[in-house]
Amino acid sequence: MPLLDLILAVVVFWIALGAIGAVLPLERAVHARVFFSISALGGLLLTTVALAGLGNWPQATVLGLGLPDLPFHVRVDPLSSFFLLLLGAAGTAVSVFSAEYFQRGGGGDIRLICLQYHMFLAAMTMVLVADDAYLFMVAWETMALASYFLVITDHRVAEIRRAGFIYLLVAHLGAIAILLAFGLLQIGQWDYTFEAMRNAVLSPGWAAAVFLLALFGFGAKAGFLPLHVWLPEAHPAAPSPVSALMSGVMLKTAIYGFLRVSFDLLQAQAWWWGVVALALGLATAFYGAVFAAVQTDMKRLLAYSSIENIGIVLAGAGLALVFRAYGMNLLAALALAATLLHCLNHALFKTLLFLATGAVMHATQQRSLGKLGGLIRRMPWVAGLALIGTLAIAGLPPLNGFVSEWLLFQAFLLSPGLPNSYLNMFIPIGTALLALVVALSGYVMVKFFGTVFLGLPREDTLHEAHDVGLAGRIAMGWLALWCVLIGLAPVLALRALDPVFQQLVGVGLRESLAQSSWSFLTAVAPEHASYSPVVFLLVIVAVIVLGAMALRRWFPSERRRAATWDCGFGKLDARMQDTAEGYGQPIKQIFQAFLRLERHHPSPFDTHPRYHSRIEDPVWEALYVPVARAVRRLSGIVGVVQQGRIAIYLVYSFVTLLLLLGLIL
Amino acid sequence: MSFSHALVQLFQGLLAAALAPLVMGWLNQCRAWLQNRTAPSLLQPYRVLLKLLRKEVVLAVNASWLFRLAPYVVFACMILAGSIVPLIATGLPFALAADVIALVGLFALARVFMALAAMDVGTAFGSLGSRREMLIAALAEPALLMVFFTPALISQSTALTTIVDQFSNGALQLYPSMAFAAIAFVMVLLAENARIPVDNPSTHLELTMVHEAMILEYSGRHLALMDWAHALKLTVCMAIGIALFLPWGIAHPQDWLGLPWALVALAAKLALLGAGLALLETLAAKMRIFKVPEFLGMAFMLAVLGMLVHFLVEA
Repeated sequence: MPLLDLILAVVVFWIALGAIGAVLPLERAVHARVFFSISALGGLLLTTVALAGLGNWPQATVLGLGLPDLPFHVRVDPLSSFFLLLLGAAGTAVSVFSAEYFQRGGGGDIRLICLQYHMFLAAMTMVLVADDAYLFMVAWETMALASYFLVITDHRVAEIRRAGFIYLLVAHLGAIAILLAFGLLQIGQWDYTFEAMRNAVLSPGWAAAVFLLALFGFGAKAGFLPLHVWLPEAHPAAPSPVSALMSGVMLKTAIYGFLRVSFDLLQAQAWWWGVVALALGLATAFYGAVFAAVQTDMKRLLAYSSIENIGIVLAGAGLALVFRAYGMNLLAALALAATLLHCLNHALFKTLLFLATGAVMHATQQRSLGKLGGLIRRMPWVAGLALIGTLAIAGLPPLNGFVSEWLLFQAFLLSPGLPNSYLNMFIPIGTALLALVVALSGYVMVKFFGTVFLGLPREDTLHEAHDVGLAGRIAMGWLALWCVLIGLAPVLALRALDPVFQQLVGVGLRESLAQSSWSFLTAVAPEHASYSPVVFLLVIVAVIVLGAMALRRWFPSERRRAATWDCGFGKLDARMQDTAEGYGQPIKQIFQAFLRLERHHPSPFDTHPRYHSRIEDPVWEALYVPVARAVRRLSGIVGVVQQGRIAIYLVYSFVTLLLLLGLIL
Repeated sequence: MSFSHALVQLFQGLLAAALAPLVMGWLNQCRAWLQNRTAPSLLQPYRVLLKLLRKEVVLAVNASWLFRLAPYVVFACMILAGSIVPLIATGLPFALAADVIALVGLFALARVFMALAAMDVGTAFGSLGSRREMLIAALAEPALLMVFFTPALISQSTALTTIVDQFSNGALQLYPSMAFAAIAFVMVLLAENARIPVDNPSTHLELTMVHEAMILEYSGRHLALMDWAHALKLTVCMAIGIALFLPWGIAHPQDWLGLPWALVALAAKLALLGAGLALLETLAAKMRIFKVPEFLGMAFMLAVLGMLVHFLVEA
């Protein structure tokens, strides 16, 4: 059976599952357990098929659906296979987790959730296999709508409706831009297949317009600056598995679209495109990192962290575009390797962390970092698995997050080979910004893990928190396993991804990777740079084990538990440790210029002191509020003609008729 | 990879571990002399380690497994770093396991574990130290990377062993850019290793503590491992500085006779650097925590300047 048919079978399977789930009246707990467990099988099949599809030749077919003269074209090639793999791997985990998560109430009807969830999965799959603009837009919009309805699952809360509206608005702004980009790409041939667009020759001006429209359109979905505003609103509003899917996978479909248009359809024509993407990516990453560091809501923190990671991905893609435009294809492949691997990594660890927040919220009913703490003792499984995700997202060896960041740094360090002296000077500064972002993400993740899982519980209710069940452990364990495996054997991962690089830039990394064994990752050549996560892990584990054994053998000292040292002060309590607010304070102080900060410090003589602080996204005030105001003013002017009385409208018709008559006569 | 290489590799790792307390002792001795105090013995850090190893471990009632694991992880990271950095010889088996960027990642791994362990017990000191440490690291890392950029540009490599071979093999050539990078490196080294003016290793005043605040809850062998790792980190950082800026004397692969000479050279260079650090620490005063961004910003600008000098003058 051809791979493409299997993928389409998974799509049909998911749609059918959603449809059956929407009508079958089962008890909530049973419903969730049955449907979402079965749904995971689809994800597992998709993962397997996509892995096989990475190395295969493209397969395409035409479906007899759609409009009479506009059938649906579908195609699977290495690029879409890669993103299907990402979707399958993350989707499997989210489905398994949902089987447990949605068992308990809160929010909407389980049947509706089931329908929308599976439509969402199916639509994302169709986005990735669409081979013409028509099907792509249909799938894209289905994806946006399904995810919108999932975001407002708990639609009785006004805040959640507002978050959903912002998301829908930005999604549609983006969709319009994508539509326009495709409209330009077909240059009057009225042939909307990607094949025709690939062969179309655009003048540089029009090509640039397409590129910028695609950057805007896909940027709205991915969350590039300044279109990121929906992320920190929608993610906290949605149920955790949905946030996981949106952050882990849906943002990547936007990256897929951007890569598809800029590398595949437009063939990366001008170097300044890359510079625009690079600068925008670094700015987005920096912005996301600083804002993540000052958040006090764990899902908002993760949402900003997603913005940061998407920024890193875009910066990598930009660098690849620059290299590609100058014909330095090997370096382009290296930058692309970093980009794609970071997409996959982010899908894995961000999904893992969102699932962890879901488990924490279920156990504690708390989302605020200021009211959690000490959960490592109550929820050892979640804490242990979240620790792997935390270390991975903080970019620490020997896990997967470090691999993509290492590759990206190497690509940046090789940029002095570019035949453009301005770029030679400025790209290194970009490297430093990237280093700052990576280091800040370490700060953010220590804050996240530390305030949720470590320390003393900040609320009494936390003592009753319970660990996640078997399904949750399997889901999070599956993602953590991927994080560890990719981290330890990045060479094998890159070898598997090699066809994607060959497809997009014409050159693979196979030769440069083949110079050393699977355990040593090299950039271009071993004497240039190499990194071996396996040696890292082996040596660290060996030293820990040998060290512990040696200490036990030669210094067999006692171990005693005693009260925490309190400086003779009296009773320590949980309120004396740093809150999330306190942990973010130095960042607030240093990066004040980038934040809209409102702080109220109580007077030292106040007997009931209250500290109050508010952080707003300056983009709101700088961009969205003026636009909204302008729209309102404009509609006010137009509104003058709308009097709401039928007589007036009849007069308008009459006057129009008179004018038209006058025109004809 | 031959057996002899593996042997030298093992020797180098153990050497780093054995030498680290001595470097600390030498630093303390120099500082005491400069401050007109009677210096403690050079071997004092070893005695302290031994004392701590023999003592019982007192754990806070609510300390989790992370708190107990962290000292081992931190220590193991530093041992690994000591094995990778070419202390006495280049071309050793582990040299390929990490370039300078991966070394920065390794330090970050140790730091994150230490910062997490500091938050585990849930005291005000621990989280305070943790956030300050992470802040300083966040600002030091970009500067450190820019420092590495210049030698990486000159030698076309980020692997320390290649950089050392490049600089010590060729004809003696002066790189003005490296002078800027060296100054910036020293500033970052002070910040990374919790030395004056960024942190004060001998303070126990809550307003000024960073590193000490993080390890306040540790005792017995856990504290010994933390202290040992701290000394190791300083030694390894100094060794990185030596490899980048004073690489002469480090033995090449297959050069057995070079090894004793490399040992002597290493001892001399570490002694010199240690005395220099002690002098810097005596002359400077601890700065306020919110002055640290300015300090590290200056290091960053110096490193950028070095890189621009390389582009304008040497390229």
